[in-house]
Amino acid sequence: MSEAIVRQIDRSHMQVSDEIAIQITSMNKWYGAFHVLRDIDMTVNRGERIVICGPSGSGKSTLIRCINRLEEHQSGKIVVDGTELTSDLKNIDKVRSEVGMVFQHFNLFPHLTILENCTLAPIWVRKTPKREAEEVAMHFLSKVKIPEQAHKYPGQLSGGQQQRVAIARSLCMKPRIMLFDEPTSALDPEMIKEVLDTMIELAEEGMTMLCVTHEMGFAQAVANRVIFMDQGQIVEQNEPKEFFNNPQSDRTKLFLSQILGH
Amino acid sequence: MATATDTFVRREMLGQKEPPTSQRGIVKWMRENLFSSLLNSVLTIIGLVFVYIVLRTVLPWVFFGVWHAGSLGECRQIIAETLGPDGSAACWAMIAERWKQFIFGFYPQDSYWRPTLAFALLFTALAPVLYYGIRHINVRMVGAVGVLLMLALWGLGTDAAHLMLAFVLMAALTAVAWAAPKKLVWLTILYPAIGFFLLWGGSVWGPVGALFGFVILALVWYGLQRQLGVVVAGGAALVTAAVWWLYVQTHVTGALQSALPLGLPPVRSDLFGGFLLAFVIGVTAIAASLPMGILLALGRRSDMLLIKALSVGFIEFIRGVPLITMLFVASLLLQYFLPPQTNFDLILRVIILVTLFSAAYIAEVVRGGLAALPRGQYEAADALGLDYWQAQRLIIMPQALKISIPGIVSSFIGLFKDTTLVALVGLADPLQGITKIVRADINWKGIYWEPYLFVGLIFFACCFSMSRYSMYLERKLKRDHR
Repeated sequence: MSEAIVRQIDRSHMQVSDEIAIQITSMNKWYGAFHVLRDIDMTVNRGERIVICGPSGSGKSTLIRCINRLEEHQSGKIVVDGTELTSDLKNIDKVRSEVGMVFQHFNLFPHLTILENCTLAPIWVRKTPKREAEEVAMHFLSKVKIPEQAHKYPGQLSGGQQQRVAIARSLCMKPRIMLFDEPTSALDPEMIKEVLDTMIELAEEGMTMLCVTHEMGFAQAVANRVIFMDQGQIVEQNEPKEFFNNPQSDRTKLFLSQILGH
Repeated sequence: MATATDTFVRREMLGQKEPPTSQRGIVKWMRENLFSSLLNSVLTIIGLVFVYIVLRTVLPWVFFGVWHAGSLGECRQIIAETLGPDGSAACWAMIAERWKQFIFGFYPQDSYWRPTLAFALLFTALAPVLYYGIRHINVRMVGAVGVLLMLALWGLGTDAAHLMLAFVLMAALTAVAWAAPKKLVWLTILYPAIGFFLLWGGSVWGPVGALFGFVILALVWYGLQRQLGVVVAGGAALVTAAVWWLYVQTHVTGALQSALPLGLPPVRSDLFGGFLLAFVIGVTAIAASLPMGILLALGRRSDMLLIKALSVGFIEFIRGVPLITMLFVASLLLQYFLPPQTNFDLILRVIILVTLFSAAYIAEVVRGGLAALPRGQYEAADALGLDYWQAQRLIIMPQALKISIPGIVSSFIGLFKDTTLVALVGLADPLQGITKIVRADINWKGIYWEPYLFVGLIFFACCFSMSRYSMYLERKLKRDHR
């Protein structure tokens, strides 16, 4: 499938430190009576690049949405950057300003220009002066290779460009962790590559990343760990080479045969 | 195996060509829209004939109308002389004689400059709201208002001193619009007090004191919101300001008035009438009901049970009761609930209830706009760390209000026309109140079409402008699909 479109990268300098970025212990979540996430235990070290995959409805999106409290968990513990997520709004705001998130459908603000999309949160949340925020925004827009679109509106950009703006918008908050919720699923094939390239670059700079994605090529090239989820639980996790070549559980084998089989 | 028919290679790409003559321009439009089939052609012709017949009857009636006559009888005599005994034409002489009453009601003649100036300042105050920061439109609008104001004041026979005052004021405002169009917002903020002072007169310190209450409100809110949060700080600020308004203000303004008596002769509310009344009620209610409607819409979607229940209860109650009932409540029942010695102005009571009424409808329109926004917008705002009020103000409301513009403007138009219902509680609205009074005059007894047409025309002009402005706004704010 998409292995071919991801270039081979040198992973030697992508260091994983011992410092813990995210610690999730026996976390459970219900939607009403439906048990979506069951006993999730997971530790993410700083600098790790984790790919989460699994069939639809397996709870992978819900899991990463719990990490910045877009979804509330009902039991267990989530600690992000030393801050525990409870119903305390101060903690939630603190975590959210440290954790960037990229959505499947980009969720850019259509009434603001690209530049305004990128400077909004730094100006209002971080209280950065406008000029400085614009400089930072232009820096990141250049990094995702669309500085010339800064004064257009999101509706005038292609899907791939919009998603790169969304990444730049998150980066403008200088997050220490980035969450990606199926960032390429809504894109046409020829646009997937430009977004993946941006993500790879980010990984090379040592960003802690959690990606829900079906891009197995990306997983093999960038991830240092792949987590497979099914029915709200973590079924298998391993480093990518082992995970793809030597899956242990039957569910994983079935899943891999379905997505890599053609 | 490929045969000659299913292999094809184009050697040269085709250039652009014009469509055939019958398929472009006016010819195409007429063919498609007027004469697309035999039936449609026949209907088009019947329609044109119908329009011709109507115009042939109406236009002469309007344009051969009599403008100079002392009574309806005189009017009819002139018409019979010029058009023959069967001739029929309008008697505009009634409008020519009584138009001031349609506009100002029973407002004292020598003070006509006050509502006129207030009306002109209203548009000056609207300029920065409607066209914020666009210099050339602001200058043109304020300048045009100034010129029209001078003409209107001159036409009303205003004395030289007030003409001079208006001239200096409007020249200064035009200069402000040119030098710093955004500074005009200050006029907008101060306008409620200025408008009130000009219309009702009395001591200048009353409106100043009321404004000062808002300054207190803003200061307390700003000082406390960091520590206490937006809602609690808002409550505390409101209580402080209410204490000022209810218990402190009268003493301070009384002292100021005796030290430095400044003011205009007071005008009683029951002298207000005609379009002056319609505008006072309509504009105030429109300005007040939009923010209130937005808060109600947010309240209705709130997670907080009490706020949600109160909002839903309020909206559903108001929408379930006819406006006329509310007006009767304003004129009769409210007296029973207020302390016995309070003399609460009838216009003010009506304004409050019309505002509440309109706010409930605006709330539902805005809620529709909120519901149309994808969840992703809220999530993106949350994920970036914006708090609730920031997200509402910067992300959600600009988009939700944009979607709701047609509905909001419809509500405003409805509200403006509903101001004529105040006739039922004894106020002299232009349609019922003033027209009745005019028709009761022995000179104009029996006149029928003219006053209604006149009033209808002015209402139409106002509502049509609102509708056009909303279309301009929609076009201006359009961001997608271009």
